[in-house]
Amino acid sequence: MNEATQYNLKLERLGYHQFRTMERHPTNYLCKGVSTGTTILAVKFNGGVIIGSDSRASVGGSYVSSKVINKLIQIHDKIFCCIAGSLADAQAVTKMAKFQLSFHSIQMDSPPLVKAAASVLKELCYSNREDLEAGFITAGWDKKRGPQVYTVSMGGMLLSQPFTIGGSGSTYIYGYVDAKYKPDMSREECLQFATNALALAIGRDNVSGGVAHLVVITEGGVEHVVVPGEKLPKFHDE
Amino acid sequence: MAAVSLVRCERGFARDAAPDWMRQELRTGTTIMAVEFDGGVVIGADSRTTTGAYIANRVTDKLTPIHERIFCCRSGSAADTQAISDAVTYQLGFHSIELDEPPLVQTAANLFREMCYRYREELMAGIIVAGWDKRRGGQVYTVPVGGMLTRQPVSVGGSGSSYIYGYVDSNYRAHMSKEECLQFTAQGGHGVCVRACVRMCACACVCVCVRALKCVLLCPALSLAMERDGSSGGVVRLAVISEHGVERRVVAGNQLPSFSAI
Repeated sequence: MNEATQYNLKLERLGYHQFRTMERHPTNYLCKGVSTGTTILAVKFNGGVIIGSDSRASVGGSYVSSKVINKLIQIHDKIFCCIAGSLADAQAVTKMAKFQLSFHSIQMDSPPLVKAAASVLKELCYSNREDLEAGFITAGWDKKRGPQVYTVSMGGMLLSQPFTIGGSGSTYIYGYVDAKYKPDMSREECLQFATNALALAIGRDNVSGGVAHLVVITEGGVEHVVVPGEKLPKFHDE
Repeated sequence: MAAVSLVRCERGFARDAAPDWMRQELRTGTTIMAVEFDGGVVIGADSRTTTGAYIANRVTDKLTPIHERIFCCRSGSAADTQAISDAVTYQLGFHSIELDEPPLVQTAANLFREMCYRYREELMAGIIVAGWDKRRGGQVYTVPVGGMLTRQPVSVGGSGSSYIYGYVDSNYRAHMSKEECLQFTAQGGHGVCVRACVRMCACACVCVCVRALKCVLLCPALSLAMERDGSSGGVVRLAVISEHGVERRVVAGNQLPSFSAI
């Protein structure tokens, strides 16, 4: 057994849980956040939603396996989701959800509701909750209720919220988003809010990084905004 | 501090007889914060001490005086931090008598670090040391779990601190100009430049500064953390340490800024 493993075992014995991406921890002084190395968020504004994420995929917190992956998955024309948790589980679930949703949309002969998309994900997450380790943030626009944001937690709970954040980097920005969010923001304000939140989280979380991917979904359509690392807002850097 | 006598149940049939909170260690799962400004430091903390799910003390004072103008903010195990601060208070008092002058904040911080590092296997303590001395003015040193020592202009600690890193990063600015600060105090209000006034102008009321800083950084930050962290809550205790002395304030729960959009 090498030194690193011995040290880790010693820490475990003393009660410091290792920060393994697949495990759930009790809220412990040393362990912040649950699950994957990422920061994702979705915010409703006046007329649409913005869904955003960082772009880093890491293995065990020490190797960045990809600097530019896109964690925003389009499951229908105006419905996107982003993933928290195991990448493999998330890809499997979203593939299934995409199929079910397109089938549903053909049957109904109209674009699916955002709530329907979120419910499909929720069903998949809940019925397979023993085996899966993936949570989702679903956001989009539909004709019935306009812009909506739903969060599907890892166990399969579905919740509608005006904005939501997720991933390991989100713990660092709870205070910021609580303080800065206001309902009915304009598109520019919301874009700034989301970019700032991602920049702050990337600044503090070592498994979040790269560029900020943002997607603006409105009645008029879908727009991708990519903010490269050096153009992210800089905050007081000690 | 309320003394809680823990009935330690050995593994075995007796273990399930005692409730969970009697078997847990007393912890200050907490949010603590300290900010430097030109004439001194401002420190703040919540007031909750928990044993598992039970709140053992909802009005804890986590701002412990180590010397006349040096305080420490404690987080982690309540027993460990109390023991360490008692020991450091003793050592620092002795040192100060030998020197025949008030000790440096850096000295106090180093004493904490010595102890936290030497006994890092046994201890679970995250401490922020803050104070004022004649040589370097207001200083904030942080000694997190493990025993590192570093000086920072603003430092947050405890379980609730993770939720406010983003907020503090975005709202803190160093070296506010004296004019901004004067403007703020003249207007006497929360209105302008909430971010200003981390820099205190000469002897303009320490109490104005506390009021100003209440709205600026500490109160909102601490209340944001208290809203999100289950182990932080209660009232906010503030202290401003400067050349002129120490002023302490308590902000009760119903007077804290509230940020519930959802």
